[in-house]
Amino acid sequence: MSATPNVTAALQEKFPQAAARASLDHPAVNVPAADAHAALKFLRDEQGFDFLVDVTAIDWAEGVSPRFTVVYHLLSTTRHDYIRVAADCPNDATPAIATVSDLWAGANWHERETYDMFGIKFDGHPDLRRILMWDGYPFFPLRKEFPLAGIDSPLPDAEIGAETGARLIAAPMAGGPFVASSGEINLTEAEPRAKDESWNERRGKPEA
Amino acid sequence: MVSSNTELAYNSKIEGEVVVSRMDAVINWIRTNSMWPMPMGLACCAIELMGTASSRFDIARFGAEVMRFSPRQSDCMIVAGTVTYKMASAVRRIYDQMAEPKWVIAMGACASTGGMYRSYATLQGVDRIIPVDVYVSGCPPRPEALLDALIKLQAKVRRERSATNLRSPQS
Repeated sequence: MSATPNVTAALQEKFPQAAARASLDHPAVNVPAADAHAALKFLRDEQGFDFLVDVTAIDWAEGVSPRFTVVYHLLSTTRHDYIRVAADCPNDATPAIATVSDLWAGANWHERETYDMFGIKFDGHPDLRRILMWDGYPFFPLRKEFPLAGIDSPLPDAEIGAETGARLIAAPMAGGPFVASSGEINLTEAEPRAKDESWNERRGKPEA
Repeated sequence: MVSSNTELAYNSKIEGEVVVSRMDAVINWIRTNSMWPMPMGLACCAIELMGTASSRFDIARFGAEVMRFSPRQSDCMIVAGTVTYKMASAVRRIYDQMAEPKWVIAMGACASTGGMYRSYATLQGVDRIIPVDVYVSGCPPRPEALLDALIKLQAKVRRERSATNLRSPQS
């Protein structure tokens, strides 16, 4: 039996607004965005959750409020226990939450990635630049309204864009995502390919 | 009386240390047999590229073993792997820094077409930013396939009008 229910109780004692969060594996709690930094500091300093495994976010789709939830995954190397802390961003249009990079230095890049992919601002972050896409990329790719294929936009380097005439194009998605057949002995068959080859760029998708 | 020449090969005593040939043939012979690759290793194809360069497959048999990590010293860029849009600018700049004459092999599905990465982040074929001479299929291609591409590229170079280009350089 894990000792973590006590953690949830201890957290709720300190932060009455914290609520248990539905979870299939590890314990999870919801905390208000304003309390997130203090709650994470409490978990680190008084409950032994010394390792921040990940910072990520959920986009619940346009029109839903609250739209963005920031999720922190914590691990205790002394208690050997995980806990997940989620905080809803109060503003749906310009989501923001306090940085925890002052608590865990490792949060720095995780928060940059979350900013890059979701556009969530981390207030107080020392260096909140994009980390995967380039500075100046106009979109946040993991937001729900952003298509996997991408949106037509200029190349990161305008000079090379002008020289080559190349642009970011919406990738052709015919046949759906490419999937490899692992375990296939025949290497030709195992190569990643579209599973639905009934349509392509020239021949439209049959109506279902 | 004229004696017939029974020599099968070049004999300096008979030929007088002169070999008659075409300029194109000589230049292309030199170019094809020591083509220094620029290994543009961007993903898993680069592992196969290393395998091609190593003893088992030995790209040195075709005169292309001198992998140059400086574009100034290389002839043939082997784009081995997924070209992201972020990397595309760097690939193009490195290509621009290579001295003429220069060639490009797009190794594998990703470099040729974007491969399975049909996504917002991946350039859908490196031929959108640099001219490609030979495309290699496979994900990743076997080393033999890359060697085949190199041989095909050599055959292509042998057909080039190199001497004409020397007199009036093409842009």
